[in-house]
Amino acid sequence: MRRVARWTDDRLGSSAFAEDALNKVFPDHWSFMLGEISLYCFVILILTGTFLTFFFDASSREIVYRGSYAPLNGATVSEAYASVVRISFDVRAGLVMRQIHHWAALVFIGAIVLHLCRIFFTGAFRRPRELNWIIGVTLLLLAIFNGFTGYSLPDDLLSGTGLRIAYSIALSVPLIGTWLAFLIFGGEFPAQQIISRLFVIHIMLVPALIIGLLGAHLAILWRQKHTQFPEAGRTESNVVGSKLWPTYAAKSVGLFCAVFAVLGALGGLAQINPIWLYGPFEPAYVASPSQPDWFLGWVDGALRLFPAWEFRTGSFMLPNPFFPAVLMPGITFGLLYMWPFLEARFTHDYGPHELLDRPTDRPVRSAIGAGVLTFYIVLLFAASNDVLARMFQVPVLAMTVAFRIALFVVPALVAFVVYRWFKAVKVSGAKGVMEVSLVQVRHPTPGGSHE
Amino acid sequence: MSEGRDATRLIAVSFSVSALASLGLLITYVVGGQPQVEGSLIAVSLGSLALGLILWAHNLMPTGHFVEEREPHGSTSAERASFTADLDRSGDEIQRRTFLGRILIGALGLLGVAALFPVRSLGTKPGRTLFHTSWTPGARVVTGAGEVVTSSTLEVGGVLTVFPEGHTKAADSQTILVRVSTAEFTPLPGRETWSPDGYLAYSKVCTHAGCPVALYQAESKELFCPCHQSAFDVFDGARPIAGPATRPLPQLPLAIDASGNLTAQRDFTQPVGPGFWNDPS
Repeated sequence: MRRVARWTDDRLGSSAFAEDALNKVFPDHWSFMLGEISLYCFVILILTGTFLTFFFDASSREIVYRGSYAPLNGATVSEAYASVVRISFDVRAGLVMRQIHHWAALVFIGAIVLHLCRIFFTGAFRRPRELNWIIGVTLLLLAIFNGFTGYSLPDDLLSGTGLRIAYSIALSVPLIGTWLAFLIFGGEFPAQQIISRLFVIHIMLVPALIIGLLGAHLAILWRQKHTQFPEAGRTESNVVGSKLWPTYAAKSVGLFCAVFAVLGALGGLAQINPIWLYGPFEPAYVASPSQPDWFLGWVDGALRLFPAWEFRTGSFMLPNPFFPAVLMPGITFGLLYMWPFLEARFTHDYGPHELLDRPTDRPVRSAIGAGVLTFYIVLLFAASNDVLARMFQVPVLAMTVAFRIALFVVPALVAFVVYRWFKAVKVSGAKGVMEVSLVQVRHPTPGGSHE
Repeated sequence: MSEGRDATRLIAVSFSVSALASLGLLITYVVGGQPQVEGSLIAVSLGSLALGLILWAHNLMPTGHFVEEREPHGSTSAERASFTADLDRSGDEIQRRTFLGRILIGALGLLGVAALFPVRSLGTKPGRTLFHTSWTPGARVVTGAGEVVTSSTLEVGGVLTVFPEGHTKAADSQTILVRVSTAEFTPLPGRETWSPDGYLAYSKVCTHAGCPVALYQAESKELFCPCHQSAFDVFDGARPIAGPATRPLPQLPLAIDASGNLTAQRDFTQPVGPGFWNDPS
């Protein structure tokens, strides 16, 4: 070890930098692990994904399936579909790799969203960290996009339906929609090129972008140092915590192992995307019920809830999917990108912040965040309106109406409750959110709890 | 001190369990592999590794309370001034010759536009592609397997997915054929001849987001799209009666030829499927 360090230092003069790195201080707080979890999911995605690329054939060419999954024997399927069935049944350790890969993608995006919530509710996006907020939101966008390209690759009936909807969404864009859809898919749906294109995008283009931005995200974090929660001894001009070497390194590698362990258990024990049960994609058939992976559920939910409106002026049409599936996501990410600047503008707070807010310090921000988050959670559930309707034995159309009402009522309610509650905590000076009484929530008063 | 020894023992056990599980993983692979066993062993192997490392960090390594000072994020004003001075000095030459700068920008711009053109190679021209399907006048109606559909193929209440003969792979031509009782059904004005013997054919591509409108309820005479729950009234020209769809499913005018086979009178009279900006329907 020492000899390697010596050899490197002779050539790069790296000792000073390396020492700084070893002594770098990281604050200890559980919520700071969320970003790390997503990073480690990404590492696991690259590892398992690389294995999968060696066996996947990105081709729509039709062949006759011959393999050990008997029900499909002799069926005409695409090479892409056949190769995924082969990975699942005939490649040793193939199924566990595939399932870990899929689970890792779901947890990856989930951890990014939770990380984003942590950053939002504690105000960690404020100056000087606006840049990293922007990079982070872009990473979320790329992760969702690559999740979609990934689950579309097996060319099964469920994902083919997803591609069909994606094509229709592209088609709905005013003026350029037809060209957009034809250029992406190679022609009218289902053009032959889409699987091989998605493959290049999924394994090269987007991962390269993610790696680049992730590098920048971490470099900026390294340069700016972590934020920390206010506590005795912690100021705007210091960082208090554990050193990278050895404590934080051991914890972080431990966390990586823990993430891998959970994904291993999921990948081995919890079946996911059994494409041999869905069957190969046929344009005239459709899986029912059909739900996208969770990270696109909010868009599908919006498609289901948006009323039957379509606009027309003269010979031009503005198709229905444009509003829930182009405009709504556009506004969502537009507002996400702009949030640090919007908040600075409304609060007139343009100063740098190294100490975090507790969510209760900022009842307005927390109320907005909780309300908006609830809005998307309702949309996510709305993407299962047919499944829920069957479960509760009500007509699906009644379920849709209920969701349309809930979409606005529930977030407003959540925002209101969070505002009053957090305001009471802030005014009373209570230490925790549970330490205020209902009376105080109704009439915020300074001082301890009225037990 | 004994606390430290306990922790050490626990960590050692964790690492040993991990080693055993890894060995098990190896053996599982060699003997042929089994997904559930592999997943469980990965979980045990990495889980106990995680446990050991975190216990080690928590109990035996120095934790918390180290303080690191932050340097200011911005540079000093002297550094900034010196940087702007350098930028200006080198920039003088460029500013003096604005003419060259403009030509350069023009040249780069054109290069950029030229570089965009290969994007055109990615797809065929939409043109009128979306305005028609593979249905032609006289085309025989066949099933997905290519079997010719005759006037006796369906009972009243029956449903079938059909294509124009020779185009069973044409996604835009997929059509849903239902047979209704001629006694109950009154065709829409102008469509009196489109449904011989109670055979009604509608485009199967949903006018909302393009999913196949695959579910048919014979009692309520409704077609239902499983993707976003649009419902269409078969007796009323497949008018949307619920869900996000706004336009009816285009109807295919049918005929029955001399040998009793179902044929198309002509293509759909409107573009099928989801809307697009210059969709005339």
